[in-house]
Amino acid sequence: MSTITDPPEGSFRLSMLINDTRYRSMTFQAIAAIVLALSFWYLGNNLIQNLRQAGLNISYSFLGSPAGYDINQSLIEYDSQSSHSRAAIVGILNTLLVAFMACITATVFGVLAGVLRLSKNWLVSKLMAVYVEIFRNIPVLIWIIIIFTIMTAVMPAPRAFRGDDPAASMLFNAFAVTNRGIYIPAPVWGPGSIVVVLTFIASIVGIFFFRRYATKMLFDTGRLLPTFWPSVGLFFIPTILMHFIMGQPVSLDYPVLGGFNFSGGLQLGAPLIALWFALSIYTGAFIAENVRAGIQAVSKGQSEAAGALGLRPGRIMSLVVLPQALRVIIPPLISQYLNITKNSSLAIAVGYADVTATLGGITLNQTGRAIECVLLLMLFYLTISLTISAVMNVYNNSVKLKER
Amino acid sequence: MTDTSQSVAFVRTATIPPSPPPAMETGAVKWMRENLFSSIPYSILTLVSLYVIFVILSGVLPWIFNGVWNASNLAECREILDGATGACFAVLKERWPQLIFGLSYPAEEYWRPGLAFLLLFFAAAPVMFFDLPRKMLIITLLYPFIAYWLLWGGTIFVPILALVGVVAGYMVYQRLVAGSFAAGFFGGVATAFVIWYIGGLLIPEGASENALLVPVASRDMGGFMLNMMLGVTCVSLSIPIGIVLALGRQSSMPLIKWICVVFIEFIRGVPLITLLFVASVMLAYFFPPESSVDLFLRVVIMITMFSAAYIAEVIRGGLAALPKGQYEAADSLGLDYPQAMRLIILPQALKISIPGIVNIAVGLFKDTVLVSVISMFDILGMIRGPILSTTAWNGVYWELLGFASLLFFVTCYGISQYSQWLERRLATDHR
Amino acid sequence: MKTSVFFGALTVAGMAAGMASAATLDDVKARGTLNCGVSTGLVGFASPDANGVWTGFDVGLCRAVAAAVLGDSDAVEFIPTTGKTRFTALASGEIDMLARNTTWTFSRDVDLKFEFVGTNYYDGQGFMAPRELGVSSALELDGATVCIQTGTTTELNLADFFRSNNMSYEPVPIETNAEAQQQYLAGACDVFTTDASGLAATRASFEVPGDHVLLPEIVSKEPLGPLVRHGDSDWGDIVRWTLNALITAEELDVTSANIEELAASPTDNPEINRLLGTEGELGAMLGLDADWAMKAIAAGGNYGELFEKNIGENTPIGLARGLNAQWTEGGLIYSPPFR
Repeated sequence: MSTITDPPEGSFRLSMLINDTRYRSMTFQAIAAIVLALSFWYLGNNLIQNLRQAGLNISYSFLGSPAGYDINQSLIEYDSQSSHSRAAIVGILNTLLVAFMACITATVFGVLAGVLRLSKNWLVSKLMAVYVEIFRNIPVLIWIIIIFTIMTAVMPAPRAFRGDDPAASMLFNAFAVTNRGIYIPAPVWGPGSIVVVLTFIASIVGIFFFRRYATKMLFDTGRLLPTFWPSVGLFFIPTILMHFIMGQPVSLDYPVLGGFNFSGGLQLGAPLIALWFALSIYTGAFIAENVRAGIQAVSKGQSEAAGALGLRPGRIMSLVVLPQALRVIIPPLISQYLNITKNSSLAIAVGYADVTATLGGITLNQTGRAIECVLLLMLFYLTISLTISAVMNVYNNSVKLKER
Repeated sequence: MTDTSQSVAFVRTATIPPSPPPAMETGAVKWMRENLFSSIPYSILTLVSLYVIFVILSGVLPWIFNGVWNASNLAECREILDGATGACFAVLKERWPQLIFGLSYPAEEYWRPGLAFLLLFFAAAPVMFFDLPRKMLIITLLYPFIAYWLLWGGTIFVPILALVGVVAGYMVYQRLVAGSFAAGFFGGVATAFVIWYIGGLLIPEGASENALLVPVASRDMGGFMLNMMLGVTCVSLSIPIGIVLALGRQSSMPLIKWICVVFIEFIRGVPLITLLFVASVMLAYFFPPESSVDLFLRVVIMITMFSAAYIAEVIRGGLAALPKGQYEAADSLGLDYPQAMRLIILPQALKISIPGIVNIAVGLFKDTVLVSVISMFDILGMIRGPILSTTAWNGVYWELLGFASLLFFVTCYGISQYSQWLERRLATDHR
Repeated sequence: MKTSVFFGALTVAGMAAGMASAATLDDVKARGTLNCGVSTGLVGFASPDANGVWTGFDVGLCRAVAAAVLGDSDAVEFIPTTGKTRFTALASGEIDMLARNTTWTFSRDVDLKFEFVGTNYYDGQGFMAPRELGVSSALELDGATVCIQTGTTTELNLADFFRSNNMSYEPVPIETNAEAQQQYLAGACDVFTTDASGLAATRASFEVPGDHVLLPEIVSKEPLGPLVRHGDSDWGDIVRWTLNALITAEELDVTSANIEELAASPTDNPEINRLLGTEGELGAMLGLDADWAMKAIAAGGNYGELFEKNIGENTPIGLARGLNAQWTEGGLIYSPPFR
């Protein structure tokens, strides 16, 4: 945009509003403001008239009334007498739960597939290419439905565990894989278990300090301490010892087949598993491509130099290539996390009670408050997205500073 | 002492023919040794992969090759298979028109969407491949009107009128743009609207009734055709909107910038499905009380807004990637803002953004299946609603879902291969 | 209207479908078709066949109304709606009437501002369980996993039933009937619950229907009926009396077979005469032709014929008349007199 250093003198003319760059932007903004205000007024007016004609009103009072329906998976206490707002919170927590779990596994799938796709093993790299292409080019909704259908069709029903000669049996008498979900033993915290937990936390901290010490030794003296086995030992031994010293306060509640279902233990419902798996494996394909691009962005000289120093291929990847690739990988990775959160709204197809299924589904259907429910729903997703974007911006800025 | 010179009984006079390399180092064996079994972990990986491939193929192949193509319902299929593994492709044979064209598109008119689909290639070709003669762009420009007429039918006056309005608007724009871009732009738009309005009065009432092509309501369209229509329409509509939003976001005018930022971030922050809920349960309240707008149009509006926000971000990236010198050079030539954008900045920025835009287009095309959630009968909606709910085909999941997946895979894989080809082509000048 | 052509060119013509004004009847007549909201596919009530032709019990009512108003039972646009979109579609004028086995409840009638014009099917929520489970009563379902089709009153009834009987259960909400069926058949849930008519229709489509039992308990009242927007009583009257005409026709033994004959000249029965328009001015009072009811009945037959053709005992769905028999035969189907 050109700037006029010496504006021509003279009185203000109306044509300057268009022709003079000093005023033109004001004119345009004024026009934009008027157009914006007019369209809002127009839409708002239509809304009011339509609502009046239909005899409806906008009111959020339904949020306080009892929801009247039950939810199969809830992280907080909930029953059919709880309010609609509590049902919405249950949904929000479920959304966050599945999104969080899917983010972690999608990253694992993606990094594995991305690294393996660059592997020198021809078969493996082709297999990974097929995986990536198949999952990237078919809609995620179809994948969710396919995986849910596979789960229900392939896994045994709890009925199959019954009888003298059951068609299915539990793993170690502790894990039951059914088409209603996976049942695993749940820990029961007896008195004194707090000590065990504290010991466990202390040993984690111990591992952390040990590793830092090992790194320091490596830099100071050049001596490479073994870290893997001591870490494993520290992870298990003190906790197990403490567990026995305290008289076994932590016990496991095993799932048992009784009545219609397995009872006891911890249940991961089939909808949750299907959605979790579908989102992870679908998004994993995209992350694999990001990881591949990130690794390829690291100049080949880096891995050759590392090879010349005598590092083994695994170490080249983990010590030299991946840390440098991370800077390229992480921004698109975070936008994939955003996509997972948004795609989790497709839970509706498998009957998982996320926020779209409670607030935007059953509550909307039961109360008929479409406008209110959809607005609240958008508000929630917007908040999540903006929060993640803000985190991403902070990260990007910190990476930028390190570069300069 | 022995006479060594005597004992040299043999002096080679010819070169030895090269002996073949050891068996381990030739042909397939070498290739396998290098690419499949170069080390123990790799060998394990290879064996695991082979096992996975075997399991998948041994499950899928008999299912496909045993497929039953002639049956009138699932029970009959099962009877024919008699316990053997096999697909029941008869459902595809019976229902393919519904899967492709939807529930109630008149059967004798199927050639129309078919022709429109064929013409799409001619219309897209000059945009996708720069080597083709530029004159072919005329087809691209005419395509929307032809396709509209083919798909919806009715009187030919409507698309012709729309075309005349656009052409007249463009001519006015050409005349006025020399003075100022704004005058040209608004003059062109105003001309088009005047022509549409006057033309609308001239078209005789009921012209659609006995038109050459039978009119088809948009709610009668469905199946994969609906996915294609939504994808193509929304992507092509959202590119100009995306450009405007991207420029607006870069603008130095705070109000304009603020409007664009809020719009883009809002749309990108919510899942498409909530926007579709808006289209299906909310948007009707925002139109004038006297009118009712077709669900198809409402969905097009929401998906277009959705993809415009994403495309705007891609183009913003393209704009940001241009060296600052380009902007300064345009300024120093004395070009004003519209000229600089039109002649210098946008052509380069768009070129950089094309692969990104194609990715968005593929993603959007896949997302069009979400309309099945709001009771539109696209291909997935057809499967989950009318087909699976009939007594005859209740339980035929894999065949139908597999067919839908195949259609999407072919389309999306094709486009993404094109995008990679394009990326390679565009990258040549930087190496 | 000329401007609609202009709108057309502007908005990819024809998609800004006609103008909806306060008088639905005028809109329908001007448009030449009736927009009728139905479900996305429920065998027996509304489902499209391989040629895309909608058939079913609810569809029959739509066709009857179209025949009464427009004289052509094919002048109907069937608009599939889900549990979520149906009420907005009706409130916003996208559809003129909704015939989508919708339960008449207080809040829908009063709070959502709709007008239920009658009941065309008296239903109730029931349970279906595999025979091998050995369950004979819904009261034995403590701890069961229950498949529900979401978006209906079913979820609320289910919660109430288990709560009042002090039992626990695990709901699996599924969006479409076909998917719920698949879950149930695979054993992912022990019982499937929905309206008893829906259960019968679902069971009919199973490979071996005899392997599944319908439990005797009916846990709710589900009067299903067509509904229209609040505030257009004239239109509401047309739909209401079309339904009543179908019911009265069965009561008076007016069928699609003998209707031509009965309508040709006045008969001995004055009520038949009033119904078929050979006597009195009932059609004109509704703003319709004198033979409106005759056309409606001729479209698909009277109430009993529609029932038998779509969901009756000779169809795969095989529902008995039960509560839906005429009041003269001990049922609840009862029409006010045509007078």
